[in-house]
Amino acid sequence: MIKENELVKELANKHGRRRDSLLPILQDIVVENNYLSDDVMVDVARELDISAADVYGTATFYTFLETTPRGKYVIRICKTISCSMKGKNQILQTIEEMLKIKLGETSADRKFSLLETNCIGWCHKAPAMLINDTPYTELTTTKVTEILQMYIKKK
Amino acid sequence: MKNIPIKRVDLIFEEVTCREMVQKVFKTDPDEILQQILDSGLKGRGGAGFPTGMKWKFAADEPSNEKYIICNADEGEPGTFKDRQILSDVPEKVFCGMAIASRVIGATMGYIYLRGEYKFLLPLLDEKLIIFHELMKEMNQDFHIKIRLGSGAYICGEESALFESIEGKRGEPRNKPPYPTTSGLFGKPTCINNVETLVHTVMILKYGPEHFRELGTKDSRGSKVFSVSGDTPKAGIFELELGMSVSDFVDEFGDGDTKSVQVGGASGFCVPRKKFEETIIGFEGVPTGGSMKLFNSSRSMYNVLHNYLDFFTEESCGQCTPCRVGCQQLLKGIEAVKKGEKNSRYLDELVKLASTMKIASKCGLGQSVGNAFSSIVENFREEIIY
Repeated sequence: MIKENELVKELANKHGRRRDSLLPILQDIVVENNYLSDDVMVDVARELDISAADVYGTATFYTFLETTPRGKYVIRICKTISCSMKGKNQILQTIEEMLKIKLGETSADRKFSLLETNCIGWCHKAPAMLINDTPYTELTTTKVTEILQMYIKKK
Repeated sequence: MKNIPIKRVDLIFEEVTCREMVQKVFKTDPDEILQQILDSGLKGRGGAGFPTGMKWKFAADEPSNEKYIICNADEGEPGTFKDRQILSDVPEKVFCGMAIASRVIGATMGYIYLRGEYKFLLPLLDEKLIIFHELMKEMNQDFHIKIRLGSGAYICGEESALFESIEGKRGEPRNKPPYPTTSGLFGKPTCINNVETLVHTVMILKYGPEHFRELGTKDSRGSKVFSVSGDTPKAGIFELELGMSVSDFVDEFGDGDTKSVQVGGASGFCVPRKKFEETIIGFEGVPTGGSMKLFNSSRSMYNVLHNYLDFFTEESCGQCTPCRVGCQQLLKGIEAVKKGEKNSRYLDELVKLASTMKIASKCGLGQSVGNAFSSIVENFREEIIY
């Protein structure tokens, strides 16, 4: 893993050091580290020459810019009406039992986090979830078990 | 009011050679293009329905030499998923629409604001964008498109919140006026259009404004891509002529037991069975950004409303009090009525609160919470109480 301050520098070189570079930088840090630590936000503030409070204030506005440590694979189950109507709770229960974590928790090996999210735009193929950026749709308990087994085998 | 029978249309997803279209556009006088869009009567397809030609005209009339065109691909309204399909099936047409707008308003820079939930589309869009930029270079046109990602905030679909987000700030809506066409992204004149709207402009230039005007009604010209979900055997994406009645829609898409249709998503209106016949889907009746959700009689409308309020409570940016506190109180309020802690007359107080939010909230989010709330409470009062 690259040191956090080096990562910030690298990303600032890539995206620029203007205020409008902030979101792309924060988004890429989350891809790399799974969340934004306090230290990394201070580094970003210094690199862009803005206040750390501004960075924190911006980061905490956006649901996907996590400021608490998350697993390598973040599972986000859609809880909005269509998915909710088509058996979201059953899918959630299956995942909880399989990964031995509750909603909002991260597994002890830091591999999985389980979260709910608002509409992800797959209502016609509900229930749906995202694992990091990948959508999975028309979930059944069997299907979600197979998907998770695949991720468990992954590094 | 006369309604139009249900009719499938295939314009948005029709294959179009981007190269030919772009070549045609850059040979045509910008004023002539603008006139065609104005003549077509096209209104924005994101939900608000502002006349596209007027928006372009306002932006074109601004004297600034720095202007922006933005494609709003922050499709977050519950039940809407058509922009995702358009972006994955015909991305070139979206770029082409942006090029047309840039030609009319005089912008050299465009942004696509893509919601974080659709990040999986990025490799495809990047690949197609390279081809588009080569085409621009070949034609000596100074127009460049950048893609910016959202990060899971519904409110960023609101135009001024979207600007704030691109500028690297919290996605909090601004006061209006000034409107985006005067002072938008980075304080410059900005034209912001929905994904589908931009594709419609391509088709209007291809087939002419008359072809577009032949479809739909006086207030709702053309066709619209609908996102159909809920209790339906035909969930999916359908392009239909505007102006049909809810009952025609239900005949086509219902499961035979449709109790209500939520038109326009969580911020839209609930149409109960007894009003299917008289309600037109379009700007003269119930407007929609495309979200059509069907509920059959097995569904509890309390659960539906609770789900929507939960959504708004989380997605309210928290900046203005009517929306922040209003959403929370509506949610707490229906819970209290359900539990019997408050009597049923309390619902009337909540309806009043929802109408206050409509007047006092700063942006469209808080202003539209009352749409779903009041239409569900008025039509399904018993289900909320018992």
